[in-house]
Amino acid sequence: MALLAIDREALDLSRLAAAVTDGANGAIVTFLGIVRNHNAGRRVRYLEYDAYEPLAMRVFGRIADEAQERWPGVCLGLHHRIGRLQIGEASVAIAAASPHRADAFSACRYAIERVKQIAPIWKHEFFEGGDVWIEGATADPDDRQARASAERVACA
Amino acid sequence: MRVTVRLFARLRDIAGSPELAREIGPGATIGSVWRDLAREFPQLAPYERSISSAVNADYARMDRAVRDGDEIAFLPPVSGG
Repeated sequence: MALLAIDREALDLSRLAAAVTDGANGAIVTFLGIVRNHNAGRRVRYLEYDAYEPLAMRVFGRIADEAQERWPGVCLGLHHRIGRLQIGEASVAIAAASPHRADAFSACRYAIERVKQIAPIWKHEFFEGGDVWIEGATADPDDRQARASAERVACA
Repeated sequence: MRVTVRLFARLRDIAGSPELAREIGPGATIGSVWRDLAREFPQLAPYERSISSAVNADYARMDRAVRDGDEIAFLPPVSGG
């Protein structure tokens, strides 16, 4: 299984976790982002995710490189789903393997923070009464403050 | 020069299309392509300060010169995860 992917099918976290590890690792930390039924006071019916796929794949590679630079020895798996997702379905799956658990926890958290900062992916929220494109962070991969902020959160 | 402009999320809705072909003159930058687009679709203008841009599927700054055949993408603030 590819470690980095944009996928239209359901995500498989256990296969991703199996793909990141080898005999040198003592820990795998995983994360699943899930579509929830409420947002900003609205009742969410479902989400449609859109991505600029070739750039998103490049960004995933960058995030994996950043994680390895910061936590040498970490292996990162990162899959994001696009298309229509129902409540309760997984939109993003991350697995971080490392010889020791502290680095695996940090790298996993770092990866999701960076996805939210710089991955060219968008949620189109369909709620009871309308729909709205969610707009979060202006993506700037060279913004050192944003990267430092993700590292701080990861190591908290 | 001929370039392809790709738009995503709300920007795509405003322009009514995910992809536009545009003829541009010499000396064009990503920023000048954006400003032309914002004149054509005035609802895009408020995004000037919050968009990111990319050329040929790699992030690029607005002052980057544009070449014939480039794929230029304008990205509103992202919301993955």
